[in-house]
Amino acid sequence: MSAQQEWPLWEVFVRSRAGLDHKHCGSLHAPDAAMAIQMAREVYTRRQEGSSVWVVKASDITASDPRDKDMYFDPMEDKVYRHPTFYKLPDAVDHM
Amino acid sequence: MYTQAMDTQGPEARKAVRTAEEAVLQERFDERIDAGEFIEAKDWMPEDYRKTLIRQISQHAHSEIVGMLPEGNWVTRAPTLKRKAILLAKIQDEGGHGLYLYSAAETLGISRDQMFEALHSGKAKYSSIFNYPTLSWADVGVIGWLVDGAAIMNQVPICRCSYAPYARAMIRICREESFHQRQGYDALLTMMREGTDGQRAMVQDAVNRWWWPSIMMFGPHDADSPNSAQGMRWGIKRVSNDDLRQKFVDAAVEQAKVLGVTLPDPDLKWNDERGHWDFGAIDWSEFWAVVGGNGPCNKERLATRVRAWEEGRWVREAALAHARKQPSKQEAA
Amino acid sequence: MTSITLKPSAEVRYVLRLADAALILSQRLSEWCGHAPVLEEDIALTNMALDLVGQSRALLTHAGQLHARAGGPSYDEDQWAFLREERDFFNPTICELPNSADDAAHVRSRPGDFAFTVLRNLMVATWLKQAWTRLAQSTDPEIAAIAAKALKEARYHQQHNGDWVVRLGDGTEESRARMQRALQRLWPYVSELFEDDAIDEAAAAAGLGPRSSELREAWDAEITAVLAEATMSVPGQSPFRSTGRRGVHSEHMGYLLAEMQSLQRAHPGTVW
Repeated sequence: MSAQQEWPLWEVFVRSRAGLDHKHCGSLHAPDAAMAIQMAREVYTRRQEGSSVWVVKASDITASDPRDKDMYFDPMEDKVYRHPTFYKLPDAVDHM
Repeated sequence: MYTQAMDTQGPEARKAVRTAEEAVLQERFDERIDAGEFIEAKDWMPEDYRKTLIRQISQHAHSEIVGMLPEGNWVTRAPTLKRKAILLAKIQDEGGHGLYLYSAAETLGISRDQMFEALHSGKAKYSSIFNYPTLSWADVGVIGWLVDGAAIMNQVPICRCSYAPYARAMIRICREESFHQRQGYDALLTMMREGTDGQRAMVQDAVNRWWWPSIMMFGPHDADSPNSAQGMRWGIKRVSNDDLRQKFVDAAVEQAKVLGVTLPDPDLKWNDERGHWDFGAIDWSEFWAVVGGNGPCNKERLATRVRAWEEGRWVREAALAHARKQPSKQEAA
Repeated sequence: MTSITLKPSAEVRYVLRLADAALILSQRLSEWCGHAPVLEEDIALTNMALDLVGQSRALLTHAGQLHARAGGPSYDEDQWAFLREERDFFNPTICELPNSADDAAHVRSRPGDFAFTVLRNLMVATWLKQAWTRLAQSTDPEIAAIAAKALKEARYHQQHNGDWVVRLGDGTEESRARMQRALQRLWPYVSELFEDDAIDEAAAAAGLGPRSSELREAWDAEITAVLAEATMSVPGQSPFRSTGRRGVHSEHMGYLLAEMQSLQRAHPGTVW
């Protein structure tokens, strides 16, 4: 079967309950978005209430290149002033 | 669920490292493995590592799918509605596990269709345990007890596999797996403790047929497994075939005692020195015959899968055709 | 094992109609395990089979209580499922038809015909959805509770299978032809779902649940809408009448029950 005839691949994200983030759980194949949502429910939320499911066509996802990890993520380590612990406050107001 | 040490292919020819850059990448890769780090889908990896994983993960997935058939054989004849529901849930889980594994394999650059092509043409293998027939209801219980039991032992170490998508799939699978073994054992316990002589005989007969194939699930002896060492080096294989097999036998002997069944091995004997159960010689000729396509049900299992795929082609095509007819938001490929 | 016998109670029979519909359709769906056109759908079909088994278990258990009130034994779910004679099953015939593509198929075929399967699922799920909606107001609190839970499942079954009917009806030429054939074969079995008899009258009088005919209008509207989206047209009415709800089944039912009941019949009176 040629690649043209394959059902597209969708990545599935599930929020298990209100207040939490969507978490990536895996992927599945479906012909369209409506079916993808239904299949995601069948496959990835069988054992627990998923309060919300997102499906994204795998081809629509842009990922960072791990070789650029140094470029994208290491500079963050230098900028300590973004971390709340950098600031030493008087105890009376330190609960911020 | 149903892994088997798939060390039955010859060792992959190791490509000579060509460039200096590759040598550095290889060294960094080895360091990461040794440090117990995870490799993700987009990370650099040696071609052999990728190929080995594709083969192992896809064959694991195929095993789950083919594994639906021997149990599916009894779902319409389950003797109570509770047992029917439990079996349906189990079979469904197996389908789901296959799906998680196909997804993990796809992260390595192979498509699900390509994997099916390999299965249907006979190039890819699946766990040979499923080439045995389920001849009675007791077989369903024994599969849960012994086959799932062996699978769990094979699987738990893979939760620490160096390739993260495979490890994550295995964690999800292991979480769902424990009920599979327990339901099988529970069904057997009911028959043995509260059932009739006929039921007890059914259970013993099933044990007689499934015992040796179950311990063969751990694959050949390590000395005869050329790929074991490489698998260990790459953090894909964590425990040796023989160690896993011994662990399984030790557990099963105790479980058999509780059930009140006899394991069909006259050489089973506690060895005080080793602190393990000694067991008899495995008939490897049977193992290789089954792996080679001549087990009791190989042809039927494969033909069933091929037919499901072929006869479902019009369905898959129709769904795609429909998707392509929709305005742009809903378009497919 | 000798079969169980039933007291003539309208209430019990009313409940058994629904219980048996769920049980027998679940049996047909179970046959798909490992044979579906795509892995995701294997999971979906098994899910629906599991939901229906659950509904039948709840209803059969309750039927046992109703039977006791009628002066008979309070049979449990397994006695109902595995020890009744064919004549005492009251599912509509549509549920027992094999999953096959042609009228000559007599025994279980694997894989079955997917068009026939999803269309039958849609029809039965839509009917059950209407029934559960009304039964959630039953004067029998147990039935109302069962209905409230089953309604959620029926809505999903209707949506999922409806989506399939649309994709196959409006897919390729081949899929439309198969769906059209499935529709022609299934349509004659629909009338039975909406016929009233003395059982319906007794249930309505007791506030137990709706008459069958009361569900027709909503069912027609929803099915017509899905078929339209699938670019198919509703077949004409046929004088054909199936009679499963009266216990007079098609020739398929005997084989289905022989398979389903075989272990209990072979090993009478034991536990599993």
